[in-house]
Amino acid sequence: MKYLYLVWSNLMRKKMRTILTILSITVAFLLFGYLSAITTGMSLGVQLAGMDRLSVRHKVSMLQLLPQSYQARIERIPGVDAVAHGSWFGGVYQKPSNFFASMAVVPNDFLDIYPEYLLDEEEKQAWLDTRNGAIVGSKLAARFDWEVGDRIPLNVTIWPRKDGAETWKFDIVGTYDGAEKNTDTGQFFLRYDFFDESRAEEVSGLVSWYNVRVEDPDLSTQVAAAIDAEFANSPAETKAEPEGAMVQGFANQVGNIGLIMTSIISAVFFTILLVAGNTMAYTVRERTSELAVLKAIGFTDRGVLGLVLGE
Amino acid sequence: MLNLIGGLDHPSQGTVEVAGHSIGKLFGRPLAAWRARHIGLVFQFYNLMPVLTAQKNVELPLLLTKLSKSQRKAHAATALEIVGLSHRTRHYPRQLSGGEQQRVGIARAIVTDPTLLLCDEPTGDLDKKAGDEVLDLLQALNTEQGKTIIMVTHDSHAAERASRILYLNKGQLTTEAPE
Repeated sequence: MKYLYLVWSNLMRKKMRTILTILSITVAFLLFGYLSAITTGMSLGVQLAGMDRLSVRHKVSMLQLLPQSYQARIERIPGVDAVAHGSWFGGVYQKPSNFFASMAVVPNDFLDIYPEYLLDEEEKQAWLDTRNGAIVGSKLAARFDWEVGDRIPLNVTIWPRKDGAETWKFDIVGTYDGAEKNTDTGQFFLRYDFFDESRAEEVSGLVSWYNVRVEDPDLSTQVAAAIDAEFANSPAETKAEPEGAMVQGFANQVGNIGLIMTSIISAVFFTILLVAGNTMAYTVRERTSELAVLKAIGFTDRGVLGLVLGE
Repeated sequence: MLNLIGGLDHPSQGTVEVAGHSIGKLFGRPLAAWRARHIGLVFQFYNLMPVLTAQKNVELPLLLTKLSKSQRKAHAATALEIVGLSHRTRHYPRQLSGGEQQRVGIARAIVTDPTLLLCDEPTGDLDKKAGDEVLDLLQALNTEQGKTIIMVTHDSHAAERASRILYLNKGQLTTEAPE
């Protein structure tokens, strides 16, 4: 500590140079932080996707709906272990900026196929007993300070109720946690039966997608092909692919993006290393006689080196 | 020669013994410690740290001791008082005259109370008045404080102050002045 003022005095010798050096290093670390966050964010979806699950959606797009009756037919396909369907709800809480993922599911099917969502038995039972019950992720509950027992109104423009109202009210009956660190606990799940009965009749009996668990992950490609073949030439053809296939599609790109990010970060750090090294060398060169004096009055080589590195 | 006595250079042959210590066998940290304890150096061009005040410049060698901050400050103040610069402690080298800077250099050299003061042309960069002041100070340190001082100079006027004069002529140290 007693050498601190010596280091500080030397740093203050050329204030502008010190400020610019600090700024350049700060910028490098900021870039590193941001780029790392982007890389991590983009690869998160791939990590979350279950290896033994398929997603089945309408062949045209996710916006096209599939008949609920497909579930029984998918279940009969060899290699299929379990099936659950989901429907995008798209509710917002109080104002549009309070957006989060909200989906209508069949509780038992859903919890069976997604064991990473951890829900108490008691709360699961409450969900099964409450038609307008909903479960929310712990992160989402914390975000809006929701608790079990709260009645939450959500506004939805795409699914008007039978009475024409756009506000849906749900009772929160449980909060789920994630089995893994990366499990998304920011979602809202409502019951499909309540959703289907309450929405306008013309879309009744339709769902957004199916999630299929296969018996053997190695055969998922064949099972996906069998599912698509089952509904070929029907009014609602399907596209089955490994879960997170969209992200999987990203996967190749994530690799590239990751490489690009790493290259940028490396280039930035290498440049900063040169800049900092050059600055260091310069400050030493212009003070050779001062450093010599330090050694003459008894500083060791290591002591002088320490001062320079300290700067 | 001053470099050899101060342990800054190693002899290519022979031995160097200073105040009973054979320093030719010392290297690295032990040599640095010996130098810090026994040698005070006064340079022709003062060689003060421009970013430090007179007080902090004098405190520099004390950083190598176990003295506390307040003790270092007190020792430096005493050294500056001895050289007559108590009123200039907070001034930076650029704010001091040549003679004053050299006196700060002397204060820095004596602050650890070394066995030996090595002065390398201490008046070489000063006018006569300032040079005389510095020589007066060195003489006082010798007579009043009992400091042993080795001064190298080309200035015969400065050499007259010495109690013993040796001449270095073509690599030979003699007691007789060269013709």
